[in-house]
Amino acid sequence: MSYWFRNDNRLPQARLAVASYVIVGMIGVLLLGFWKLQVIDADKYSSMAERNRVREIPVIAPRGRMLDRDGRVLVDNRPSFSVLLLRDDPALVEKYLPGIADGIGIPLDDLKDQLSNTKNLPKFQPIIIKPEASDADIAFIESHHSDIPVLEMISVSRRRYLPNGFLAHAVGYVGEVSEQQIESSNGKLRPGDFAGKFGLERQYNDILIGTDGKRRVIVNSVGKETGRLSTQEAIPGKQIQLTIDYDLQQVAEQSLGARPGAVVALDPRTGEVLAMASHPSMDANDFAVRISAEDWNKLNESTEHPMMNRAIQAQLAPGSVFKIVTATAMLEDKVPPESFTTFCPGYGTFYGRQFKCWVYYAKTGATSHGVTNLHEAILKSCDVFFYNVGMRLGIDRLSYYGSKFGIGHKTGIDLPSEEPGLMPSAEWVERVYHRKWYPGETISVSTGQGAVTTTPLQLARMIGGIAMGGVFKQPHLLKDAPNVGEERFPISESTVEKITDAMYGVVNEAGGTGGQLKLAGIEFSGKSGTAQVIGYDTRARVGKTKQFEDNAWFVGYAPRRNPDIVVAVLVQESGKHGGEAAGPVVRDIIKAYYDKKAKKTQGQYTAESKSDAAGKGSTAAAIVAPRVVLKPDNATAVVPTHGTPQR
Amino acid sequence: MKDAPGTRDYDWWLLAILAAICALGVIEIYSATQGSSLAGMHMKQIRWLAIGFILMFALSRLDYHLILDQAPILYLVGLGALVAVLLIGHTHFGAKRWIQIPAIGELVQVSELVKLIIIIVLARFFAEVRSDQLDLRDLIKAGLLVGIPLVLILKQPDLGTALVLMPMLVVGAFLAGLQWQHAAIISLAGILLVGAVFYPPVSRRILKPYQRDRITSFLHPEDDAKGSGYQLLQSKIAVGSGGFWGKGFRNGSQNQLGYIPVRYSDFIMSAWAEEQGFKGVLLALGLYMALLLRLVQNAQRAKDRAGMFLVMGVAAALGFHVLVNVAMVIGAMPVTGIPLPLMSYGGSATLFVFLAIGLVMNVRLRRFVN
Repeated sequence: MSYWFRNDNRLPQARLAVASYVIVGMIGVLLLGFWKLQVIDADKYSSMAERNRVREIPVIAPRGRMLDRDGRVLVDNRPSFSVLLLRDDPALVEKYLPGIADGIGIPLDDLKDQLSNTKNLPKFQPIIIKPEASDADIAFIESHHSDIPVLEMISVSRRRYLPNGFLAHAVGYVGEVSEQQIESSNGKLRPGDFAGKFGLERQYNDILIGTDGKRRVIVNSVGKETGRLSTQEAIPGKQIQLTIDYDLQQVAEQSLGARPGAVVALDPRTGEVLAMASHPSMDANDFAVRISAEDWNKLNESTEHPMMNRAIQAQLAPGSVFKIVTATAMLEDKVPPESFTTFCPGYGTFYGRQFKCWVYYAKTGATSHGVTNLHEAILKSCDVFFYNVGMRLGIDRLSYYGSKFGIGHKTGIDLPSEEPGLMPSAEWVERVYHRKWYPGETISVSTGQGAVTTTPLQLARMIGGIAMGGVFKQPHLLKDAPNVGEERFPISESTVEKITDAMYGVVNEAGGTGGQLKLAGIEFSGKSGTAQVIGYDTRARVGKTKQFEDNAWFVGYAPRRNPDIVVAVLVQESGKHGGEAAGPVVRDIIKAYYDKKAKKTQGQYTAESKSDAAGKGSTAAAIVAPRVVLKPDNATAVVPTHGTPQR
Repeated sequence: MKDAPGTRDYDWWLLAILAAICALGVIEIYSATQGSSLAGMHMKQIRWLAIGFILMFALSRLDYHLILDQAPILYLVGLGALVAVLLIGHTHFGAKRWIQIPAIGELVQVSELVKLIIIIVLARFFAEVRSDQLDLRDLIKAGLLVGIPLVLILKQPDLGTALVLMPMLVVGAFLAGLQWQHAAIISLAGILLVGAVFYPPVSRRILKPYQRDRITSFLHPEDDAKGSGYQLLQSKIAVGSGGFWGKGFRNGSQNQLGYIPVRYSDFIMSAWAEEQGFKGVLLALGLYMALLLRLVQNAQRAKDRAGMFLVMGVAAALGFHVLVNVAMVIGAMPVTGIPLPLMSYGGSATLFVFLAIGLVMNVRLRRFVN
């Protein structure tokens, strides 16, 4: 053994003592560090640990259902899952993005777009990358919970609307909330929530929407749920019952068919809307999930305007239906007196211009109405008679009555975006065009042409109200709605009698424009209208092209006085007379109304017997599809919102 | 023969402290892994502890002078092993640190063995310095002795273990009579080095990317939500949320839900602090302080300089481990991958500590010789 270690020269003990002090000092400093964390800042870190471990997952409240007047389900919910992307850590997201794109079948570029579109949102807020997860997606997410920690799923409930655009415009649709809606909701809505955007969904959103709950769960470090702390149940939205009659609605949809146009059926005694259709329609189920910007633009820019609710938004010349206004004004003001008659040679000349009567262009029969009085003029819809009456009444009286009957005013129906139409007046041209009223314009207005425009709903309300003797109930879709508005404009009994007799004659007397519409045992009455989109002369010049075809109107009701039901139908660009094109739709609905009433009174019909089928949507599926425009073809039709005749 | 020490000569206090720390470790390893895919890890740790105890006693029987005699050979063996691990080693977690010993069938982390060898080599070296003053030549020699294996370990790369070699050198040099001028120069160099590590333009050249990440995330933890900054933050949350009394055994949410990174090993103190609170930390750090002070006491009683340097080398290594690991757990130092001696799970690290304590026992047993 070598002697290298035989050094007994021990080191100064002081150096070792220093080591002891260093050790004590080191432990002391470390303890101070723990004291700071565990005693001074304990609360702060406790709440951070709590935030770590607890995740709040929203529980989406299902929206309230919509039922028809007999309790059948019109709008329902279905369960669904949405795929969430947790974006707390951009590096992780970046890393897993290709795998996610593969796994749930979204192109990588789309995902990147979604991320860059939402990069201004707070990072802790997950984004919905796929609102509707398929079974395969769910399986993928479940099986990759630990290796793709940035994916999460939440269960949501989606709207289920009746297929094929059934009642689509009245019901409307929901969509992701806009920033304005979030701001005005007082914190109730968050980005990614759904709210009503259109129709009843929007009108009664506050009732339907319910209150979201939340689930507090314990999650481990890879985001897997390991336990549940508490659940605050979602409060489902309240269901609403509508005045819509499923059966009548079905007839309306079918009878209007593929033609563009609108149907409104009202109970004039209460203002209840029994049916409301607008074609072409859209399938709101496409909006229950996210719709791509491209499809959305296609829908909105489609020249067929499938998104427009024509029943309340189409402002078109009412044509001869307006003659009821002219006739009422004449009888009430006795200008000209009731005994007034004219001779119709097929045209009339007023203020140096020739105004043709429709009969001048009639394809068959005489080109003259001969001598007519008021009753016959309504029956045959003689333009020349009403040109003369209008000339004598003047625009002020026409405008007064038209306005009192609701033209130019919103009816106040419980739907957003209703249009008011227009009742022109001397004051109106002064205000808008800064000129005097031309007397020649009165001639056009007296037959529902010129600047006067109405919506189908306004006409239904107006004709129904006149037949009720001047009581106009506020149309509404919510059953048992409180505070239904009412406007009264008393019309003398004799006037009501004469007008309604004439409208009864339109359908039931020889020579009436609705002669082919007779219904046995029902006092079906009404008035047709054939509104020019362009003037007769211009028409002759440009030739017969579809886009300038006449709009066909028919407003019918039954029985003759104090009617149970009034139906206004618009068929656009039919090229046919109002009685021919629109009349049968009105007849079908009124017939269905009385058929059902008869069955009910005989006890053969109960709401329950039908409610099952409708509730499951099987009845709805059997409906013959009206024309649903989703992917517009190269349609060229123009739907003018104002039928402005060119002179 | 006084060369056969009796059982009463063992440092039973030291063994008691050792056993207590090991017990805390096993308890917390159990708590951190139960109910997870790692369950049963505490049993593996107990096995390592048992092997460690046996090795410790075995080593204590062999006169440390004989071991110090072989220091040059051990040094060469250590260097050879480090070179071998770079050539044929197994790569785990992005670093070549392990070598397979056919007889044991387990992977051995070579650098742990090298730490032990450096303690021995430095003890031998400083014991041969005859004066009470360490001159510059000897200081540079000692620096080279440590520098060569340090560079090899850095190559693996294993910054943590490499760093552990430094306090061995510093403590040894201090005890051997480091002159204050030299100390000043070394301190200056050290400060410059640390500065360089934290100064991006320089650190880009000398550090591996993952090391730079750790430095960056230590300085700016909020920029790095799921990286090592996240680890430090989660560790601090665990410690802080434990409060004074702790959340209770098996009750730490940060621990049980896996928010604490490698909670059974490098971050075991974090798990312990969460579940046992400040009172538990007081106990654990108190035990470590008692252990280290006991080592210093043994050094004071060592028969000769060689024994003293040996014991103080062990104390320096263990003290540094405790300091760096615990400071990391409370977020005061970056993540370095240095385990907490005897509490963290790990075979090689545990065996290193027991062998080191075996050297201490060895010195103690022979304190009355001659």
